[in-house]
Amino acid sequence: MILWIGIGGIAGAFARYYLGKWVASKSRSTFPFGTFLINISGSFVLGLLYALHANTTVPSWAWFVFGSGFCGAYTTFSTFGYETVQLIEQKRWGLAAAYVAGSVVTGLLLAWAGMIIVG
Amino acid sequence: MVALALAIGAFIGTLCRYGIGQWIGASPAGFPTATLSINLLGCLFLGWFFTIVLYRIRVSPAVRIGIGTGFTGSFTTFSTFSVETVNLVRNGCAGLAAGYVLASLIGGVLFTALGFTVAKRQSRRAKEGTAA
Repeated sequence: MILWIGIGGIAGAFARYYLGKWVASKSRSTFPFGTFLINISGSFVLGLLYALHANTTVPSWAWFVFGSGFCGAYTTFSTFGYETVQLIEQKRWGLAAAYVAGSVVTGLLLAWAGMIIVG
Repeated sequence: MVALALAIGAFIGTLCRYGIGQWIGASPAGFPTATLSINLLGCLFLGWFFTIVLYRIRVSPAVRIGIGTGFTGSFTTFSTFSVETVNLVRNGCAGLAAGYVLASLIGGVLFTALGFTVAKRQSRRAKEGTAA
């Protein structure tokens, strides 16, 4: 079981790394779109999984492997913090504020949407 | 090499997060202490690590990505933060939810900046040391 949670984490980190690289190659903006998209999409999927686990559609092992493992590792808080501090260091206050507020507001709304879709 | 380092880092980071979560457990007040501690600790470390490898310690991309993107990136989490916050609101604990969001955001920025500042100071001292 522990092994599978770790494997879920590996898959999540690979998705984050390659998706982040791909977005960075497409975007010329200083706004960290890669981490932003990763964190809000992961919040939506974890919201779905949470509700599906709560109503017993998803068994506990799958919640741990895909929720704690995959979604937990796919999304990241430390890179989010690091990118915010980088923007602050470059005195791009507006972008830093937009990044923080945008990530939190959209992340929470999507997690909530994921939960209420399931009911 | 980069992919292998990323996989090893992610495996360890994910299991550290899971282990700490199991160890701290859900607090009776419903406040997500485990995720908050994990995220702040990860911010402190990443702020330090990404800065020290930029200015002082030379490491290969595999080591930087394995420890930074793999380990620390997988150790910390945004999705659990979102779901826990929404749960607090849905359980009628809006005040706790607001406290959790503010502590995570302000703490995250401050801890990252602290790690960044310490690493910069260490780098400057090392540079002065070699120059003297």
